Amino acid sequence: MTSYAIFLGCTIPARQPNYELSARKSLVKLGIELVDLPNMTCCAPPPIQSIDLRTSQAIAAYNICLAEEVDLNIVTLCSGCFESLAMTNTMLKNNEELKSEINEILAKAGKEFQGSVEVKHFLQVLTEDVGVDRLKESVSKPLNNLKVAAFYGCHALRPSELLKLDDPEQPRILENLIEILGAQSLEYRNKLKCCGGLLRGFSDDLALELAREKIVNTSKVGADCIATLCPFCFVALDIGQIQIRGKFHETYDMPVLHYSELLALSLGVPSEELAFETHKIKADKIISKIA
Amino acid sequence: MDTRFSDEITGRPGGETITRCYQCGTCASSCPVAKLDSRFNPREIIKLSLLGEKEEILSGDPIWLCCSCYNCQERCPQKVEIADIIYAIRNIAFKKGYIPKIYSEFASALTTEGRIGKVSKFVENKRAGVGLPTLQPTGIEALEKIFAATGFSKLSQKKEETQ
Ligand code: SF4
Ligand code: SF4
Repeated sequence: MTSYAIFLGCTIPARQPNYELSARKSLVKLGIELVDLPNMTCCAPPPIQSIDLRTSQAIAAYNICLAEEVDLNIVTLCSGCFESLAMTNTMLKNNEELKSEINEILAKAGKEFQGSVEVKHFLQVLTEDVGVDRLKESVSKPLNNLKVAAFYGCHALRPSELLKLDDPEQPRILENLIEILGAQSLEYRNKLKCCGGLLRGFSDDLALELAREKIVNTSKVGADCIATLCPFCFVALDIGQIQIRGKFHETYDMPVLHYSELLALSLGVPSEELAFETHKIKADKIISKIA
Repeated sequence: MDTRFSDEITGRPGGETITRCYQCGTCASSCPVAKLDSRFNPREIIKLSLLGEKEEILSGDPIWLCCSCYNCQERCPQKVEIADIIYAIRNIAFKKGYIPKIYSEFASALTTEGRIGKVSKFVENKRAGVGLPTLQPTGIEALEKIFAATGFSKLSQKKEETQ
């Protein structure tokens, strides 16, 4: 059995049991064992990189060290965590000078970065470890041509040189994984543009304008739902629609589901076990279509 | 004017590539925020920084309007690491005490909880009921040692003084 250290980060345990449950239940069904390690922390995502980049890299490296000590690769669910950990992992593996600088800091915490494990995105575990064939065979409730608008967000893909998930201008990994579940993946305008999530709290107006564009463009092509990969994108687009009602006086009703939620449903996990009440825009229509 | 500002930026992690910019504007035309808000233009941030307009850059809102999407950085023909340069400039602004409120909240959550989003006791206690494993403790002691080594603790104290 393939085992991974699961890296939860902050936002998922704080407010998205729907993401955590669907990802855990799906991976277990697909034969991946998840290990919860003690003493992990915040991954040091862009808001912390904005305060001090060196500290952020040291925090990311510290968390990687915990997985190195038990010889496990890491799987991340949140794109912010993926970006932070995978970026640092690649940088330190390829830059001896940076590695020793960070190791000097880590020594104070009794750690040393070796560069012996990989940091993988949830989607990479599906394509590389589970494999497309096994995934196809495991789908017991196909998604019945559900029309899904794939949304990558930013930090699963970019900076692509360091993350290497897929082509940053024409990615296919998420669309392919949607289609494997028996759904249709729809094209829509400005698919790769940011959700605005990181501007929330500093410029809510700009953040909402970016989110609104996403909702408008996916509605226009007739999507049944948007599939996300990141808790920040989820908040921006799900709670965002409630705020868009208040600000723009426009009402949208576009369910936003993490890809892992679509996956769990298609693998036959009962919807009652997946904390769908977390969603502000109710996903009932989607669930009844699949059942 | 401070002509040493670009040296200060190149001397910081992430800022190394700023002098490669030849002002073509590819970044600005790839930027989702620049499309919506005329106050923000990454090419302009680089230009003003290279010209040494330190005060204007550090004290203004624009550097905080970047959503770190890395579109510009993917497309820059000169391989200028624009998003990372904006981090480097924000890092300098933070040191000088120009700190937006939301960022000081992130810093204090990180230093007290080891997380930037607090997991309330209520949420933690509900985990078992919905079928999630117990949440593991965070490594806050290790973080404290890292903060002491990098000077992050001093940075977040500065934030408390300016509040
Ligand atoms: S795309 Fe690159 S070279 Fe062109 S203006 Fe922007 S940073 Fe400068
Ligand atoms: S990283 Fe910042 S400057 Fe670059 S395109 Fe995105 S928002 Fe614009």
